[in-house]
Amino acid sequence: MKKPTRKLVIAFVAALGLAAALPPSASAQAVKSIRGADVSAPELAPGGFKPIPDQAPIARDYVQQPPLIPHKVEGYEVTKNFNKCMDCHAWSRYKENGATKVSLTHFKDRDGGELSNISPRRYFCMQCHVPQTDAKPLVGNQFQRAEGLR
Amino acid sequence: MSDNNKTLMQRIRGAGWGAIAILFAAGVVFWGGFNWALEMTNREKFCISCHEMEENVFKEYRNTIHYQNRTGVRATCPDCHVPKEWGPKMIRKIKASRELYGKAMGTIDTPEKFQAERLRLAQNEWRRMKANNSQECRNCHNYEYFDYSVQGRRSNQMHQAGLAEGKTCIDCHKGIAHQLPPVAQDIGADRGGVAPEVMHPTPPKAQ
Repeated sequence: MKKPTRKLVIAFVAALGLAAALPPSASAQAVKSIRGADVSAPELAPGGFKPIPDQAPIARDYVQQPPLIPHKVEGYEVTKNFNKCMDCHAWSRYKENGATKVSLTHFKDRDGGELSNISPRRYFCMQCHVPQTDAKPLVGNQFQRAEGLR
Repeated sequence: MSDNNKTLMQRIRGAGWGAIAILFAAGVVFWGGFNWALEMTNREKFCISCHEMEENVFKEYRNTIHYQNRTGVRATCPDCHVPKEWGPKMIRKIKASRELYGKAMGTIDTPEKFQAERLRLAQNEWRRMKANNSQECRNCHNYEYFDYSVQGRRSNQMHQAGLAEGKTCIDCHKGIAHQLPPVAQDIGADRGGVAPEVMHPTPPKAQ
């Protein structure tokens, strides 16, 4: 047997022995995810959370937070052909619909050039702006709104 | 005229009451059969028996509230696309025979071909709905019986404003059950499509 190969075999046997000596739950106890199941386990049921009905705009919790969506968005089409969000929130449409107009920060292309409407890289609104459901926080926390926004 | 009537009556009487009864029964069977055949073509199952419908518009419709909802009350294809009144229904059915030609020629037999024609097809339906004051919507959704107090904040305001301006359902609710054709929104590269005025027509002047 060549030397490197022998070392490899010894290491393998040692690893096997160690795995046998430790109780199988030890590794599971060390890492406990808040999703409550192993990553390889089937997905948990979604929980039947209900979207919150329309409400007034929700105040930001920290500076630079993308404002949350204070209404239902089920069935809203955002495709290559049409962007339902921009049907109300575009600068040309918001007055008629009483909607909040999109931020001017969204009008820059990636080279910093000014556009007359949102940049295509901002097209998928719900990557940052999210609708709300009645789900409770998964774990307790002491989060507080940023001082300047209280 | 009375002469003709007389001869007709005489002829019928000549044929005997049995013949009259047979004619009447044949009329009932024919009319019943005609209506039955018509109703057979007015079912969701018939509509999606051609893959043009099943692969394109039906798939999109399956994600909408008119396909599946909490109470199971549904609006299937004919509820929106075939008028309920006899006259308009016949006209629509005769016009639909054009679709058999399209089926035979394979006008929209791939999703790509369908997408290319979507703008024209959608505008056909919008025009039809606009012309009959969205009658197929109103068969179920009756404006006069809206209870605004239980509508959402946005729908409450928009419905009352729309009613006051004399708008009809399809003016705002395009793409309610299917995806939309390209709509010009001036985001990024020009994608063509319908102008904003088509999507949101200016209401007629208040009367």
